Amino acid sequence: MSTSETTESRSRGKAPAGERVADWADGRLGIYSLAKANMRKIFPDHWSFMLGEVCLYSFIIIILTGVYLTLFFHPSMNEVEYHGSYVPLQGQLMSEAFSSTLHISFDVRGGLLIRQIHHWAALIFLAGMFVHMMRVFFTGAFRKPREINWLFGFLLFVLGMFTGFTGYSLPDDLLSGTGVRFTEGAILSMPIVGTYISFFLFGGEFPGVDFVARFYSIHILLLPGIMLGLVVAHLILVFYHKHTQFAGPGKTNKNVVGMPLLPVYMAKAGGFFFLVFGVIAVIAAIAQINPVWAIGPYRPDMVSTGAQPDWYMGFAEGLVRYMPGWEINLWGHTLVLGVFIPLVLFGVVLAAIAVYPFIESWVTGDKREHHILDRPRNAPTRTAFGVAWITVYMVGLVGGGNDLWATHFHLSINAVTWFVRISFFAGPVLAFIITKRICLGLQRRDKDKVLHGRESGIIKRLPHGEFIEIHEPLSQDAMYTLTAHEQYKPAEIGPTVDENGVERKVKASEKLRAKLSKSYYGPDSQIPKPTVDEYKEITSGHGHH
Amino acid sequence: MSSQDIPEEKSPAEQGAHVAVADEKHPFADPGLPPHEHRIQDVDERAARRSERTVALLFTVSMLATVGFIASYVAIPHDKSIFVFPIGHLNALNFALGLTLGLALFSIGAGAVHWARTLMSDVEVADERHPIAAEPDVKAKVMADFKQGAKESALGRRKLIRNTMFGALALFPLSGVVLLRDLGPLPGTKLRHTLWSKGKLLVNMNTNEPLRPEDVAVGSLTFAKPEGLEEDDHEFQNEIAKAALMIIRLQPDDIKDKQELDWSYQGIVAYSKICTHVGCPISLYEQQTHHALCPCHQSTFDLSDGAKVIFGPAGHPLPQLRIGVNDEGYLEALGDFTEPVGPAFWERG
Ligand code: HEM
Ligand code: FES
Repeated sequence: MSTSETTESRSRGKAPAGERVADWADGRLGIYSLAKANMRKIFPDHWSFMLGEVCLYSFIIIILTGVYLTLFFHPSMNEVEYHGSYVPLQGQLMSEAFSSTLHISFDVRGGLLIRQIHHWAALIFLAGMFVHMMRVFFTGAFRKPREINWLFGFLLFVLGMFTGFTGYSLPDDLLSGTGVRFTEGAILSMPIVGTYISFFLFGGEFPGVDFVARFYSIHILLLPGIMLGLVVAHLILVFYHKHTQFAGPGKTNKNVVGMPLLPVYMAKAGGFFFLVFGVIAVIAAIAQINPVWAIGPYRPDMVSTGAQPDWYMGFAEGLVRYMPGWEINLWGHTLVLGVFIPLVLFGVVLAAIAVYPFIESWVTGDKREHHILDRPRNAPTRTAFGVAWITVYMVGLVGGGNDLWATHFHLSINAVTWFVRISFFAGPVLAFIITKRICLGLQRRDKDKVLHGRESGIIKRLPHGEFIEIHEPLSQDAMYTLTAHEQYKPAEIGPTVDENGVERKVKASEKLRAKLSKSYYGPDSQIPKPTVDEYKEITSGHGHH
Repeated sequence: MSSQDIPEEKSPAEQGAHVAVADEKHPFADPGLPPHEHRIQDVDERAARRSERTVALLFTVSMLATVGFIASYVAIPHDKSIFVFPIGHLNALNFALGLTLGLALFSIGAGAVHWARTLMSDVEVADERHPIAAEPDVKAKVMADFKQGAKESALGRRKLIRNTMFGALALFPLSGVVLLRDLGPLPGTKLRHTLWSKGKLLVNMNTNEPLRPEDVAVGSLTFAKPEGLEEDDHEFQNEIAKAALMIIRLQPDDIKDKQELDWSYQGIVAYSKICTHVGCPISLYEQQTHHALCPCHQSTFDLSDGAKVIFGPAGHPLPQLRIGVNDEGYLEALGDFTEPVGPAFWERG
């Protein structure tokens, strides 16, 4: 005991200040053990791995600017007469929420900038999450052990949509109020509970005097709090699982190749935060967003034409727009299918992408960990499904702006609507088929390259006059990379008689699985990888095998 | 087996120069990590110093930009506008603050990234991965511990404790649910009634004057509210959300719907302005076709034919208000709407 005390006191005298602070913290938090595992943690490099960072950084920017906005924003629907410095609205009646938004925009120096950064960052945050999610999807990064992190990410995207929606509803302007009215109409369409939920949400009839305050606590506390927890959990899992990597020389399912967190990744990632923040600040300096003063305060009997939600709500808007107005009246009740079906579809389309990893792992029956990313072409059915899903999403977005398409391209609204309705069903099917074909074509090309080499661009004339292009053999690196992916065999139903020779009942789920598996990995869904024998046959040509 | 046969075990150092040519025996085998290629900064100290200066310059630019930010904050009046080509007129303060802030941040980022790319080691290294799932002996230990804990708690044996505990835990959240009751009143029949009632005058929304039949010209669209409802009333927003009216005058011969004709006055018809889809106010009227269009999702209603939906996602016609003229010659309502206005709902029937 006494010896350890003396060494401690001796080292205290000598060690530099930083080390002493670290020692202090280690004695209480155990930071050295944490740092041992993480300080030089390896992160692989690929441009698409930065998409998640964009999301993280815009989230941080949103929180910073959001806290600033709370210092000036008044979440109240009390009617006040406006007397700020924006002349055109002098003397108008408006809610305190709206007038405080004007105050932020015109009387707080830099307030407009922070408001615009907040809004731009929200758009980038959601766009970033969408693209990041697609990156994860198309490379198969959601496979075991990362399914839970996929769900965390998905939840972040969905919660982000609602946080954004509650956020842009706060200023209580004519545009956002129209969106809130839309939401109320959608809630009313829910069978049995709709009117009750609406009355509870708005504290009575629409619009009431409560929703801004309620949206406020949802927007600044409830949802961001949950999201912050999810972001932290998401990042802990990324650290814990270690990042995936693309196939390449020296990269295996058992290692991770890249550069250490300290210093390279820290500098790059830290620097990237400032790059993202800087770019958003410049955008907010030059590109106006949500000029609520030009739109005016909300009145339920007024509307601005060309009303559009923020982009991430456009998909829901589209579903509502191109749905036929079905209503069923039975036994004194109304089933508002025209609004309720889009509401349900909204959930179904989102859920489809959320549960996909579990469906795929059921079809493959693969229980192993996967740390090597797929190239999208090597998983044609998955890629085709993803593109079909995006098609549905984009059709929704196009439908959400049907009036804009019509006016910009001088089409009739009717034509646009019918186009969108047909595309909603035909688009994903076409997209699926085309994507799968493209993937198979690319696989074929890869196989060709491996077996016959890369086209060199050099044309040679043979003695008998024929022109041929010289093919350069690929390097070992390239050949390995192009053949590293694994190809599944379709799952069979298995013996239909059990060990005693008695016929066994094949469950419907087994049949379905075998069918799906065939459509995933059957001969029509992948080009067999080149084999060593094929390669030798072609390259040797001198019969030494 | 020579080391040639198992190329994946070759370290880059053993391998020497990067193999470009395929290994004939194992053409698709993993050649191992390629050797590190030096950057110019790794071999030329002059180039490295140039990089150093670039990074320092970027950091300096950032400091200057922050000074510029503070100067703009102090010096530029908040209502000054400037013209910036090709964007147009911008608020000068917002422009200056955003640009300087953006530059200050961007330069820090650019400096850090340049530093990392040119001066920090770019040697790729490999870390091992370990399976996420625990080894069987770890799992066995955990299961044993859990069994022991469960046994000691006697939860499985003393069913009475278990069942009452689950009961208590399941019930107490109900208090939280009950507390939400006062979020709002019950709907009751509120969605069925508006401010309109027999004898209420139709007041022009723009002029705030009661309307007379002669004020409504053929082809024009007039918005109206019930008399007595003023903008600064406490309940204005809620009431106008249901009571807003759209008034047009048609030639009585053009009216195709019998009830519409009965409820009109000399061709003047009053319809709810609130779209039956999800509740946007309808604002567009085309006088030749008598079509009213909702700007939100383009539902189109034929005002000469009972406001039937002829296009778009709305599910039923706009409710009509029955109107007449009182003794003094003003337009008045002859009662409330006979059906709920606005979006449909379960109890609408
Ligand atoms: C996490 C994701 C978040 C998203 C996507 C988001 C998005 C938005 C959007 C789009 C607006 C409308 C801005 C406008 O144009 O006026 C807004 C307003 C606002 N947000 Fe957020 N926000 C988020 C988090 C936060 C947080 C964490 C806070 C505060 C702690 C916050 C505070 C505010 C305030 C006070 C307003 C109203 C200010 C105004 O409109 O002038 N937000 N938000
Ligand atoms: S609210 Fe009128 S069409 Fe949707």
